[in-house]
Amino acid sequence: MSSVASVHSLWTVAAGAPGKIPGPHIEYAQLSPTLIVLGAAVIGVLIEAFVPRAARYYSQLLLSLVALAAAFAAVIGLAAGGFGSSKAHIAAMGAIAVDGPALFLQGTILLVSLIAVFTFAERRLDPAAHGKRVDSFAAEAAAVPGGAAEQAAVKAGFTTTEVFPILLFAVGGMLVFPAANDLLTLFVALEVFSLPLYILCALARRQRLLSQEAAVKYFLLGAFSSAFLLFGVALLYGYAGTVTYAGIAEVVSDGAKQIDPALAGTMGNDALLLIGGALVLMGLLFKVGAVPFHMWTPDVYQGAPTPVTGFMAAATKVAAFGALLRLLYVVLPGLRWDWRPVLWGVAILTMLGGAVVAITQTDIKRLLAYSSIAHAGFILAGVIATSEDGVSSVLFYLGAYSFVTLGAFAVVTLVRDAGGEATQLSKWAGLGRRSPLVAAVFAVFLLAFAGIPLTSGFAGKFAVFKAAAQSGAGWLVVVGVISSAIAAFFYIRVIVLMFFNEPKADGPTVAVPSPLTTTAIAIGVTATLVLGLAPQYFLDLAGQAGVFVR
Amino acid sequence: MENLIALLVAAPLVGAALLLCGGKRLDRTGHWIGTLLAVASFAVGVALFADMLGRSADHRAMHQYLFSWIPVGGFRADVAFQLDQLSMTFVLLITGVGSLIHIYSIGYMEHDERRRRFFGYLNLFLAAMLLLVLADNYLLLYVGWEGVGLASYLLIGFWQHKPSAATAAKKAFLVNRVGDMGLSIAIMLMFTTFGTFAFGPVLAATGATSEGKLTAIGLMLLLAACGKSAQVPLQSWLGDAMEGPTPVSALIHAATMVTAGVYLITRSGAVFNAAPDAQLAVVVVGAVTLLYGAIVGCAKDDIKKALAGSTMSQIGYMVLAAGLGPIGYAFAIMHLVTHGFFKAGLFLGAGSVMHGMNDEVDMRKYGGLRKYMPVTFLTFGLGYLAIIGFPGLSGFFSKDKIIEAAFAKGGTEGWILGGAALLGAAVTAFYMTRVMLMTFFGEKRWDPKETHPHESPKIMTVPMIVLAVGSVFAGGLFSINESFVTWLEPVTSFAHGHSPVSATTVTASTIVVLLLGVGTAWLMYGRKPVPALAPRGSLLTRAARRDLLQDDFNDLVFVRGGTHLTTTLVQLDRSLVDGAVNGTAASMGGLSSLLRRLQTGFVRSYAVQMLGGAAVLVAATLLMRGV
Repeated sequence: MSSVASVHSLWTVAAGAPGKIPGPHIEYAQLSPTLIVLGAAVIGVLIEAFVPRAARYYSQLLLSLVALAAAFAAVIGLAAGGFGSSKAHIAAMGAIAVDGPALFLQGTILLVSLIAVFTFAERRLDPAAHGKRVDSFAAEAAAVPGGAAEQAAVKAGFTTTEVFPILLFAVGGMLVFPAANDLLTLFVALEVFSLPLYILCALARRQRLLSQEAAVKYFLLGAFSSAFLLFGVALLYGYAGTVTYAGIAEVVSDGAKQIDPALAGTMGNDALLLIGGALVLMGLLFKVGAVPFHMWTPDVYQGAPTPVTGFMAAATKVAAFGALLRLLYVVLPGLRWDWRPVLWGVAILTMLGGAVVAITQTDIKRLLAYSSIAHAGFILAGVIATSEDGVSSVLFYLGAYSFVTLGAFAVVTLVRDAGGEATQLSKWAGLGRRSPLVAAVFAVFLLAFAGIPLTSGFAGKFAVFKAAAQSGAGWLVVVGVISSAIAAFFYIRVIVLMFFNEPKADGPTVAVPSPLTTTAIAIGVTATLVLGLAPQYFLDLAGQAGVFVR
Repeated sequence: MENLIALLVAAPLVGAALLLCGGKRLDRTGHWIGTLLAVASFAVGVALFADMLGRSADHRAMHQYLFSWIPVGGFRADVAFQLDQLSMTFVLLITGVGSLIHIYSIGYMEHDERRRRFFGYLNLFLAAMLLLVLADNYLLLYVGWEGVGLASYLLIGFWQHKPSAATAAKKAFLVNRVGDMGLSIAIMLMFTTFGTFAFGPVLAATGATSEGKLTAIGLMLLLAACGKSAQVPLQSWLGDAMEGPTPVSALIHAATMVTAGVYLITRSGAVFNAAPDAQLAVVVVGAVTLLYGAIVGCAKDDIKKALAGSTMSQIGYMVLAAGLGPIGYAFAIMHLVTHGFFKAGLFLGAGSVMHGMNDEVDMRKYGGLRKYMPVTFLTFGLGYLAIIGFPGLSGFFSKDKIIEAAFAKGGTEGWILGGAALLGAAVTAFYMTRVMLMTFFGEKRWDPKETHPHESPKIMTVPMIVLAVGSVFAGGLFSINESFVTWLEPVTSFAHGHSPVSATTVTASTIVVLLLGVGTAWLMYGRKPVPALAPRGSLLTRAARRDLLQDDFNDLVFVRGGTHLTTTLVQLDRSLVDGAVNGTAASMGGLSSLLRRLQTGFVRSYAVQMLGGAAVLVAATLLMRGV
């Protein structure tokens, strides 16, 4: 009784003392992209609870598309309103930055997610189960693979329409991640987008065991790396007495001014700064898939449902590199001479490691996974440049790369045999003879991955290497070009396989997709070619967005 | 107004994309879409022309800048257009004749099941050709240059089921590559010399550049022109190119694409003006080719190949004129335009004859067709009178001016060039009269049971009539008050030559040699019946039938020599280069297999590796501070 009374008195005291605890000032309009997406995600959950099963697919699809489009419009509106340049500032009590890079990356993530929704919603590829069209996701995710419950769910024609709200939650986290302006927001955003991804990975309709294995691996390793990141956050707090980026940056450059008595023993201790910085860096390098924190990539890319792989490969990379850029450019610029050599090493290992190991891959999804590792290395080269050109080149590269990746994985969903997607490379032999258009489109994506001129891949690679070279990282560029040459081998090999090898008698067929996947692929090809033929406009756009607010 | 320039290129480009990607659903409407877009481009051209005429001569050039493709340091590859009087002339010729030939093809290709694709390629050609003449820099011009090469390749080999067509396409492509290499080297030289590709700065800077460099650039440009315009020594592909459908021969291999070389030389006039040695090479090439093509044209029994020889020879005239400098540029372009009219008309006439004769091309199996195909006879006849330079018709005005200009070159050179041009005129009259007599006059040499010659449908004859009207009046119209020369002067500059012989003398001698040529042909093919089987003929005739042994020469020197060179290089490559490359590849593969083993599939080992990685990362960061 007394405890209840004391709680009650706390409430009344708090309520009765106006002005003592001011309500936080939130700039709702400037946070609207994130709020729209997260709000839609919540509505999506409610739809799952209250809307009849038959109507869920269309309502979820519509909701997701509208929400993402509205959020994208909000980003454009903010950028047009000058929040990317002159009005850039830090919103939500110092937690979230609204500036050029944040808006650019949020726009990219939203576009990528919009296309990903198209591939998520595809229902014509898998043969209809008991008269009902099904997508790439498990009929009932909680049922044991191969068990009676699963068969009953399949027979009833169930589909997991929860993927749409889950996707929206992930997108919401990704929107905050590159904009986070303190370490705790960074961590929360990381978890908000990671947990939905773990779930999505486990939801494949076919080869469910592989899919669940991938999800568990991703979860365990993700949790492991999150722990490192959190430990790093704690150390940095110990060093600076604050978790805001600006606060830490100030202590790094000017030293601690007011020593917090509780942290008297640690504040200003450079060892904490270096170790904490390295650990936070490691958490982010894990997400971008840089060597030696890349081990999850091939297994997860292979096991996850292919639409999820495409989304993850494109959007996660954009969000994680965005956060990495902000951390290095806003928090740790004073430490440039400490982290640059370390990142040099990581970039070299990543470029070479990804390219070399990809040579001997036999599965197209694993091949693309290693290719994404190599690309992470190329992007790191731009990150290391520590110049405005470096930022804009990375922004451009991320945009270009995500469209190519989404498109490529969308094509992978089309090539099928009796067991679902035929991801074995040997089965792709002679695909160009049977389905010239699909093979040609895939060839365009491969050429873009390889960085052949007139594709966006060339323009992006050129931009990051140029920025790196100008910042004095000439040798890094040399290694980058060598690994590009190695990487070209396995991209071209797939093209040779598709066009110059005889098709096998029992080879896969190419499924005819609905307009959803067709649109996704068409957007991917168009973006790849437009960014390759006339990259300058978009390079300029990225250039204007290249300044972080501090 | 200048914003419309891109539309000129865009219209046919959209057409090509639609028709080539549209699939079967466009089979029934495709040819109309293609034709409509060609006509639309022409309409835009006319609108721009009207606008241009409304301005004073110095303010006629227009520019449109679209975008820049990755500027790096001093390297700027702009996608930008320049529409001046020279480009405008080409735009009207290309889209005008192009539209007529599109219309003609609707009838000509009616029964071809791949008609949609054919129109797609024609649209592609138009787009590329317009890009070529509208580019404001050499690099973009090169894009168009390669584009027309591609379209030409696709269209020569359009009937790819015929091995001869496939081979001809390949031959045209390969020979053109040699020329294209010249253009790419010229562009690289320009970049190293001037630091830019844009016409304006390059051509303005020629005064301050050493003559040696300009000569090198000029010779490389000439090589490019030789390839595209079928000039000696890269002429061998044009005859075989007649394997393509006749509308293609009319549009690409007579009226427009093959004249790209003349455009290139005229456009680069400032380079040649400052490099007399390169200019001399140009006139030599022109004079040799005009005789070479004429001689070949005399011996061919295939009507299209006879016309191909004639094309080569007429372009020889243009190149000769362009090599004469400011006294010749305007006349080169004027002859180019009139030639566009009458040669396209002649080819369409030939196509119409073939259409009525079961696709027979051997003139020895024609004869007496004038009664059966009155419209074709009339339009072909007017084209014939125009090309031989019958007084009052188009060819008379343009060719006469070139011959005058050749004499005006001065000195011994002037006499040699003028003489060659005059001789060429005589031979032209001879071989064209021969074609005319063998086709439309004399006795029937075809089997009336199997062949039923008939006039072509309206959709084919109307374009022929329009072109015939052009062949008759264009030259006269251009010559009134020297209007054409005045029009081009701001771009090409113009100087009156000082001929050692008077203009009247030149005109009189032109008419005399014309009559000589016609008379000789009449004696040989009009008075006597034409044998249905070709007689053995003199040594020269036999050589001319084999294109003056061009292929034998190429085979002996380039093909055999090239084969020998490659076998030697392949051996070297195998032993030296491949050894190194394969070694690297094998070691990479080995490394890859080795590293792959780290990917065990067990989460525990991944976690250990991450832990190790984190430790190294932290240690390295600390070490960096320590060092």
